[in-house]
Order: sequence, then structure tokens, then C-alpha cells
Amino acid sequence: MPKKEERMIDKDGVRIDGRKFDELRPIKIEIGVLSNADGSAYIEQGKNKILAAVYGPHEVHPKHLALPDRSLLRCRYHMAPFSVDERKSPAPSRREVELSKVIREALEPSIFLEYYPRTSIDLFIEVLQAHGGTRCAGITVASLALADAGIPMRDLTVACAAGKVEGQLVLDLTDEEDKKGEADVPLAYMPNLGAITLFQMDGQLTLEEFEKVISLSLDGSKQLYQLQKESLKAKYVAVKEDVEE
Amino acid sequence: MPTFYEQRQLVTPGDLLAEGNYIAGENTFKENEKVYATCIGMVEYGERKVTVVALKAFYIPKVGDTVIGKVTDVTIGGWIVDINAPYPALLRASDVMERSYRPQKDELSSIYDVGDLLIANIVSYDRTRDPLLTVREPGLGKITHGQIVEIIPTKIPRVIGRKGSMISMIKNETGCHIFLGQNGIVLVRGKNSEDERLALMAIRKIENESHTSGLTDRVTEMLKKEKEGETKNA
Repeated sequence: MPKKEERMIDKDGVRIDGRKFDELRPIKIEIGVLSNADGSAYIEQGKNKILAAVYGPHEVHPKHLALPDRSLLRCRYHMAPFSVDERKSPAPSRREVELSKVIREALEPSIFLEYYPRTSIDLFIEVLQAHGGTRCAGITVASLALADAGIPMRDLTVACAAGKVEGQLVLDLTDEEDKKGEADVPLAYMPNLGAITLFQMDGQLTLEEFEKVISLSLDGSKQLYQLQKESLKAKYVAVKEDVEE
Repeated sequence: MPTFYEQRQLVTPGDLLAEGNYIAGENTFKENEKVYATCIGMVEYGERKVTVVALKAFYIPKVGDTVIGKVTDVTIGGWIVDINAPYPALLRASDVMERSYRPQKDELSSIYDVGDLLIANIVSYDRTRDPLLTVREPGLGKITHGQIVEIIPTKIPRVIGRKGSMISMIKNETGCHIFLGQNGIVLVRGKNSEDERLALMAIRKIENESHTSGLTDRVTEMLKKEKEGETKNA
């Protein structure tokens, strides 16, 4: 007898991890986790665990890379060898190089780089455990690390994916949903300015589905944005409540 | 002209602070008649101006500031000084020498060497040039003793307090001499290390609780308590 294919969505419309179609994975965010970095943040989004660290703005090394009119943003997205089921080589893969670039380009518009000419801002995103949607979670956490470093920004950047799995449009895809599904659309967004800074699509969607997927991921992004803001304030609110009780 | 937050409320980057005929002050920016915050901090609404007092920031040099820096390199014409800013500061040999500077004869490292701490003034700085320092004024030059703490530069006014109330209170309570560098580096000099420890503790407390009210009273209370504990142990 052939083995029955595992379904990603059951007949009641519940996804494989028990979520509804428009539900985000459970999220935990911490700010300022690394004392040696100028700014840092940590996020757990479902089974994803990602650490971001920011150094700078400081002098550029090597010096010839310095830009005369603005700060240089350098970004490294890296997955730890133990972050996936099969050991990943620690050397930067083709995929990681590409993600470093798209994450940098998603964050660049949010930062006032022109304030600090001849300097660099170095951003490190380390994926400790990956379970789908790490580029989006990486952008979300990197933006918080930048804010924690005191770097002036137009807005926090938040990213969230949506896609199509077994004919259904769903928010925040996991690794399995991404692999077995029909389409995946990661999107980064600056909610207060209403600007999209990253947009990619893998798979096929009809025009109507496409528009629905965008509004779905924008809604998810707005939910995430609230969590971002709360977590950024949490430390100060706690101190304030502590002394003014 | 609507405003969207209360005075001294906590805001994060991108928060819409005010709309209409406002001037965007520190840590804010204006776009389409709307003023937004650019960093985490407390919003302050003035008559016409909206500013945010940053809770996280780094030092940007300003001409006229007195800073504390560390010598990181000795070159032929002077010293490179780390002043805790994105740019390295330069101190020229001719600024320090009484007579004219002769690179063949004068050994600069015998005046200031790598690792020395200096109090200096910033004489020039703009977007295109690194900051230039001077030590040719009374009170400037090499630091010989005391303890150093680093705090977030935007919290310096909080350490000083209204009309210097906070700083003079700490000086009275601990008997320490306190020097505040505009770049967030603080020098504390006391009769003994115990006095210095108390002053550092007070400064740390101010940094951590800078966004709360009634801080001077709480710091006074803490210092009094600590001193009592000390006399009991002695």
C-alpha cells in the first residue's frame, strides 16, 4: 500500500502546527542581549531563533571602502552549522550571500546613512535555529538591533511572508509549508511610512491571489510592528514601573 | 496643530509625533508636514519645536566640547585619540609644544603615549574632516589619577541636573571631584576608592533611570543608605 501523503492543512482549516490561515507563529523578542555589541536583539518566531548585532557607526576598514557622502552599511546573514537538520557548512553559501544583500537593501532606506559620512555600520545576523522565514525574521530583528544601537531611523522595518499552501492563502509560512506549498512571498515594510523595502516571490499565483497575499502579509507585518515597539520599550517601562511603584 | 503623545512619553523610531506647523528638532524628521521620531527616547513638545531626548545614542563631535579621550596611536605630527565617536580625533604636536616642533629631535611618545587618557577641547570638526583637539587651556591635558565611567552622552544633562543640582549633591555627599566629558566619559577623583565607588554607583543609577521622575531624591537616599552601611561595617 502506498504511503499516504501528509496533509499541510486538515479538513477543519487548521495548519500543521495548529495555526489559523492568518495567524503568526508565537514570537518572543529581547533587546540588548550582547554587551560587547553597540546594539543587539534576539528573536524567536516559532522554531526560528535568530540573533542580530550592530557595531558602529565607526571607522571603515579597509579604508578605501569608505563613502564620502554617507555611511556604509555592511550586512552578514549567516546560518550556524547546527541551525538545520543536516549540518550546514559554516562557509557563506550562495544563498547566504544573496540574503545578506537583500536584507541590507531592505534596511538601507530606513537608516539616515547620510548623517555619518566616512563611517560604516556593521550588521551581523546569526541564525541559530532555522525553520522557514528566516530572512523576514532576520530583517525584523536587525531593525531592532539598529534601534538599540541608537542609530537614527525613519521607521522600524518589519518583514513577514505569506503564500499559498494546498490552495489556501496563509500567513507566515514554516519550512514545511514553504517546501510543499505553491507560493511564498516575503515582504519587508515600514508601517508608519507605508513603504515596502523588500519584495520577493517564489512560485505561482493568480492576480487576485497575489493581491490577497500582499494584504495578508502587510496585516501580519503590522501585528509584528506592535510587538517590535513593545519589546523596544519594555526595558525602560520595567525600570520606570520599578521605581515609581 | 495636533500632537499625538504626552510630554515626556516614550517613543520609538517612526512614531508620528505631531502634524502641521512644527519644527523638527533633535532626533526627529519632517516629511509632508508630519514630524516623526528617529530613535527611542522621550518626546518633548516645545512652543513650536518637537524634540526627542534619546535614550540610546553615541557621541557626535561638536566644536567647543570638552571631551575625555584615549591615545590610540603616535604619528610623526601628533597623536590619534579615541574620543568615543565614529571619527578618530587628531591632536597636533605643535599644539602641545612650547617651542616649535622638530620631528627629528622630539620624541612624541615621551609626552603622551598609547593608552594615556586626555582631557581636551574640540577646536574644529565638520562632515568632511576628522575632529581636531587642543590641550592648551587650563584644566586640559593628561589624566594622572581617578576612575573613568562611560555613559550614554545624551544623559550628561541628567547627571548635571537642573542648575547643577544633581552633580553638586553627588559632590557633597561623596567628596569626589567629578569631571563630565561631553562624549559621555566621566572622570571621578576622590580621596579614597570607596568615595569613588559611591560616586560611580550614583552615576550608573542616573544613567539607568534617566527617564523617570524624582531621581535626585532617590539618588540622595541611596547614597545616604550606602554611607550608613559603610560606617556600620567599619
